[in-house]
Amino acid sequence: MTDVAVIGFAQAPNQRHSPATTNGVEMLVPIFGEVFAATGLTKDDVGFWCSGSSDYLAGRAFSFVSAVDAIGAFPPVMESHVEMDGAWALYEAWLKILTGEAEIALAYGFGKSSAGHLRRVLALQLDPYLVAPLWPDSVSIAALQARLGIEAGLWSESEMAEVAARSRVSAITNSHALVAGQTSVGELLDQPYVADPLRAHDCAPVTDGAAVVILAGGERAWELCPRPAWITGFEHRIDSASLGARDLTQAPSAASAGAAAGAGRAQVAELHAPFTHQEIILRRALGLRDDTTISPSGGALCGNPMFAAGLARIGSAATEIITGRADVALGHATSGPALQQNLVCVMETRPGDTP
Amino acid sequence: MSQPQPASAPLAPLHAPLEISFDYTRSLGPTLSEFVTALAGRRILGAKASDGRVHAPPFEYDPVTGAPPAELVEVGPAGIIVSWTWTDRPMDGQPLDHPFGWALIRLDGADTALLHAVDAGSAEHMRTGLRVRPRWAAERSRSGITDIACFEPEPPAEPAEPRPPQPPAGPAKPAEPAGPAEPVTMITTPVRLSYDHTVSPGESSYLLALAQGRLIGQRCPACGKVYLPPRGACPVDGVPTQDEVELPDTGIVTTFCVVNVPFTGQRVPTPYVAASVLIDGADIAIQHLILGCPPAEVRMGMRVRAVWKPREEWAIGAHNIDHFEPTGAPDAPYDSFAHHL
Repeated sequence: MTDVAVIGFAQAPNQRHSPATTNGVEMLVPIFGEVFAATGLTKDDVGFWCSGSSDYLAGRAFSFVSAVDAIGAFPPVMESHVEMDGAWALYEAWLKILTGEAEIALAYGFGKSSAGHLRRVLALQLDPYLVAPLWPDSVSIAALQARLGIEAGLWSESEMAEVAARSRVSAITNSHALVAGQTSVGELLDQPYVADPLRAHDCAPVTDGAAVVILAGGERAWELCPRPAWITGFEHRIDSASLGARDLTQAPSAASAGAAAGAGRAQVAELHAPFTHQEIILRRALGLRDDTTISPSGGALCGNPMFAAGLARIGSAATEIITGRADVALGHATSGPALQQNLVCVMETRPGDTP
Repeated sequence: MSQPQPASAPLAPLHAPLEISFDYTRSLGPTLSEFVTALAGRRILGAKASDGRVHAPPFEYDPVTGAPPAELVEVGPAGIIVSWTWTDRPMDGQPLDHPFGWALIRLDGADTALLHAVDAGSAEHMRTGLRVRPRWAAERSRSGITDIACFEPEPPAEPAEPRPPQPPAGPAKPAEPAGPAEPVTMITTPVRLSYDHTVSPGESSYLLALAQGRLIGQRCPACGKVYLPPRGACPVDGVPTQDEVELPDTGIVTTFCVVNVPFTGQRVPTPYVAASVLIDGADIAIQHLILGCPPAEVRMGMRVRAVWKPREEWAIGAHNIDHFEPTGAPDAPYDSFAHHL
């Protein structure tokens, strides 16, 4: 089977209000240019393109088709789209290389979350028969999950604030982050609830942004990158859509995907946890080691561009390997309410790669 | 969409409020039809799973075996809160328009929880373990889950005191209709979403120029093609198109159709011609109306010019050009526009 590696990553600045359109072109053109410049590739080298975005987020039909303008898709290109985070587009791109249909593939995700009322728009990802008609918002659903864990003694508001404080400190060195800075748990816990028991710091900020990751197979990866991030495990799983029928304090889909992908070996894990308590659930579900560095980018709590943040986690994890800071890194993405869907990508360096 | 407004910064793109709405009509299938029909009769049903657990609301397919539920059983209607949160500022479409709690509620006799709103007055009155009961919607809308208006705290058990004197019994109320209710097989869910819709910098230039009676396109620095309206990036080369090009308001009909079918919102009496008009100097045709001659006279290659609305009606938008009309000049030869078809 062909070995496939991440050889390039770029992301747009995470912004609270981007002046870009909801079709993403203005955010994508510069980062395509950046990743091509870094890898020496051109659009003509890319054999397969796949995007992740949402028309509900964009408030327009077929927004991903307009986004194809950013590719320069003439003569016609092989292209696909998922109505999910770009991490799932990357999975499709990985399969295209594995099946021999492409040698180099590019996945991108984009979202202008600020165009609508995000927490309300996300109600439309819920069961359309018995749940979405009530318009429960995404923050309230996460709050129901957080309380279940608090009352079961699995985590505390203080531990949640620790996750936020650590993330914000990590993000200080991430020039793309929307939120960063020194803070203390005490300071954070003094803030009011936005949805009891969640405070503002427990929730990822509404963020506009985009991300792009390039994959290459076999020898091509080495030609393009001295230290490729070889994908050694790539798995995704889904839990029940019925919020009241599953144990929301656990993420069996993350546990299963992590076990299959080899999550326990990761030295660094970039976790897509849009809420603080969800990082705690994920750390446990993935079986990460105690010394695994969690989200050195600051993670989704410091910038969560919808449909791009998961892909950016994988790109950030790959960068840890490409730059030589780690030998085994994990990128995680989630989709749906309350960690319903989880994807894990484990990447490693190889003997013989540039140290 | 209402009229776009220039943003405060002079170079910021134009933006405007955009509201989209759609009524989704959904067929229910056998299990949800039975559940929703029961709700209309103020009863709540759960589904018994192969492992003996009762799911309320019911599953359509058993999570273990994948089989449809063998039977639906009545649960609740009261139950206990297993988790909750509080909403100070309710949003459009939510069950209550004053502060309320969301809760996962395990109904009596069920093993899973149902998500709904709880009208508890304040967060202080919410707690895990609180017993709640449904408050049924005043109107029996047969709309599904919203037939439950919300849940409310169950009043404490009646104290064992002598009952106050009862008013004299009046005429008996008419009984609830007996027998099976007409099954609910469809529900309609209105979806309404509000956005702040932003156009690209190129589209902003285009719209602002239209407000001055001018046409602005953008040229791709790589292939030289001129896009009208501007697209921001050349779809051939994927590079930004920033060079603005002033274009005339004349062009040719590349292709067209004669509209004979009336439809909702139609502004021009049929028959009329909708055409692709290639503005002189542009490489992409725009869609517009051809009026000012009988439809039968419109042809490919016909030269046309824009007919602008009276200046006092101009706004920031494409409607400033009312339609195109023939100029009477000789037609463009087919070969000159064949590659634009």
